[in-house]
Amino acid sequence: MTCCGGNVAGEQVAGTSRELTRLARAEELSRQGVRQPDGSVHFTLSSPSIHCGGCISIIERNLAKLPGVREVRVNLTLKRISVLLESDAVPVLNVVEALEGFGYQAYPLNDAPDENDKKAASELLRALAVAGFAAMNVMLLSVSTWSGADGATRDLFHLISALIAIPAVAYSGRIFFRSAWSALRGGHLNMDVPISLAVLLAVGMSLYETLNHGQEAYFDAAVSLLFFLLIGRYLDQMMRDRARNAVIGLSRLAVKGANTVGPDGKTVYRPIDEIEPGMRIRVLPGERIPVDGVIVKGSSDLDLSLVTGENQPAILGKGDALQAGTYNLTGPLDIEVLRPASQSFLAEVSTMLAAAEKGRGHYMRIADRMAQIYAPAVHLLALVAFLVWMAINGDWHQALYVAISVLIITCPCALGLAVPVVHVVAAARLFEEGILVRDGSALERMAEIDHAVFDKTGTLTHAIPQIVRAPFSSVRHEQMAYSLAVLSSHPASRALVQHLGERAVLPLDDVREVAGCGIEALAGGKRVRLGNQAWVAKIAKGEVPDRASSGISFAEEGGGLIHCEIRERVREDAGAAIRELEADGIAAELLSGDKPGPVEAIAKKLGLQRWMAEQKPADKIARIEALKEQGARPLMIGDGLNDAPSLAAGYASMAPASASDIGRAAADFVFTRDGIDAVPFTFRLSRFAGRLVRQNFGLAILYNCIAVPLAFLGLVTPLFAAIAMSLSSIVVVTNSLRLSRFGVRKRRNATMREDRRTGHAIGNQAT
Amino acid sequence: MNVLLFLIPVALLMGLAGLVAFIWSLNSGQYEDLDGAAARILEDDDEKPGKEE
Repeated sequence: MTCCGGNVAGEQVAGTSRELTRLARAEELSRQGVRQPDGSVHFTLSSPSIHCGGCISIIERNLAKLPGVREVRVNLTLKRISVLLESDAVPVLNVVEALEGFGYQAYPLNDAPDENDKKAASELLRALAVAGFAAMNVMLLSVSTWSGADGATRDLFHLISALIAIPAVAYSGRIFFRSAWSALRGGHLNMDVPISLAVLLAVGMSLYETLNHGQEAYFDAAVSLLFFLLIGRYLDQMMRDRARNAVIGLSRLAVKGANTVGPDGKTVYRPIDEIEPGMRIRVLPGERIPVDGVIVKGSSDLDLSLVTGENQPAILGKGDALQAGTYNLTGPLDIEVLRPASQSFLAEVSTMLAAAEKGRGHYMRIADRMAQIYAPAVHLLALVAFLVWMAINGDWHQALYVAISVLIITCPCALGLAVPVVHVVAAARLFEEGILVRDGSALERMAEIDHAVFDKTGTLTHAIPQIVRAPFSSVRHEQMAYSLAVLSSHPASRALVQHLGERAVLPLDDVREVAGCGIEALAGGKRVRLGNQAWVAKIAKGEVPDRASSGISFAEEGGGLIHCEIRERVREDAGAAIRELEADGIAAELLSGDKPGPVEAIAKKLGLQRWMAEQKPADKIARIEALKEQGARPLMIGDGLNDAPSLAAGYASMAPASASDIGRAAADFVFTRDGIDAVPFTFRLSRFAGRLVRQNFGLAILYNCIAVPLAFLGLVTPLFAAIAMSLSSIVVVTNSLRLSRFGVRKRRNATMREDRRTGHAIGNQAT
Repeated sequence: MNVLLFLIPVALLMGLAGLVAFIWSLNSGQYEDLDGAAARILEDDDEKPGKEE
């Protein structure tokens, strides 16, 4: 152990450094505010732990009491708090600390990038509203024509329908026309091309009919087609928004700046882009290292888990190199910057990530794959209809009429609704189980996986190591150890806090944290220490167990030494989850950045045949790519920064909510629940969703098999088109809703496999 | 026939009123926190939400 002796920088931590950390934090927070014209400042805070109506009233009532707070509004759906402060002078840190006091973690959000998405969503909703209004009114008029209005009345009704439908189609149809146009310009077809064509032709022909006092107009079909399709679009958008909001809400404050130390010893806070090689920066305990560098002063325990995947904090001192993204736990460090932030280890990971993500861009969604076959087929069919009728009687008006009814009938809302409804229901079902989906294509890819590649630390094991034994003999000692532990961000202390649970904090004096050793204080005039065994033993009386098991020790001056053993704990259901995946024909393996010893132990315990240790990010990608080259479709499950590129490279990917920001952003699924059984559950649900999508397509095709011949014969009237269209939509939506009951009876604690079978049975019964 | 001249504008105006009301409510943020609105109704505060002094 390199510690204790002569560690001057490490010994002066306590009070002043905590104060400095606070200042840096206040500075960072206050940069997130948006100034209002009247001098007040608006903040948006994300707080994922808001979950009920009670939270709303606790937060709103208490925050409003703080000085300088003008307005507080909680948004339960987005789990955000909007705070309006009187002026710049009111520190937002007070608000954040008050929130932490009530037990809500809050992170500031930069609202700016959200605006575009918000606009897109409300444009869609407006288009939907206009289409809905037009569809209802036109349908009303159509019903009267169907029930026998004719002559001048029918012409009037058609004219009014035209006046409603044309602006509505122009407004609401833009979304489809735009997408169809860009697809055509790019030289390919998507689903929007036949949709746009059908709508435009239907409106055009109906207009012609109206002006020529014709009998039948398709205005109702055109607008209700748009209406149904926009519902599908809106659901799709809503699902993505919800997932993204949830993921953003989880994100922690990234390092946006650092305290630079000038030659005169003064510290100045600078944003990250202004930090250049050669500068000295000071990183306090509880901060993340912002850039790559070398320690020039001080020593500390550093949590490298996000970078290397290793669990044990490393003790580093003068001359040691540091990588950006590691977490400083115990002592203040002065670091000489080696590379600017844009070239740091973090940036390197981001580059790898971007490269890996490009590879995934080749995946085509089922709907688009269908469109590639479906759209040309539909166009061909309409053309054939036109030509055949021209050949039969040479009446171009009749021929065009048939061709258009073929287009309208083959372009049913069922196809537009088939995929989004299934995906939305699937996402809602997963959400209930604490699993967030990034988008619909993730569900489709997930259903096709055949390999599962697990990371070890934080994925198969709990993110925080657990105390297995805490032999405290008195409640007072327990309380003292707890009071010390809450002051430290060392994983061992956090484990102890978690183990002991909520307790009263005793007053402590002269608290100091010693890097590589632990934390000590005066309690009631006596020295108490919490930390590594050898260091704590110095003040303890009696025998010191020489067994250097990993753990954390506590002693009161002159008292006996209490050693709490710590072990990395495997998630309880990991073995069951892996067996379940294997039962579904998925090969599981373990890739870890940790040393071979612990990796092998866990692989053996979980019955994993294949495992690899000491894997760097590049090695993990290589393994994933190798699997893909063999034609496999690997699912990557990991949490660390070192897993992020391979998460992006995997055919599909999952990360626990405790993962690094980058890891979460790269993953298709993020699960907030404790158990790793989220993996088999997601896989099975995705597979069921895929089956439903295919069934829906099947139903749509079946409907076409009946309707197209009728259209071909010229028998499709506007009434028939309207009924057929609504009917097919209802059938598809009803079929998709079966998914909402997927695995509902299953409960986590019961033996999983048994229950999953029941879950399947429920799904199958409804078939 | 005459009754149509009267009824159709009435029907359209009513529909339009609904549409305008919806778009107004959308723009004024009525749909931004649906879960929150459901929870707030159970609060027995006298104060108006968001305006606590």
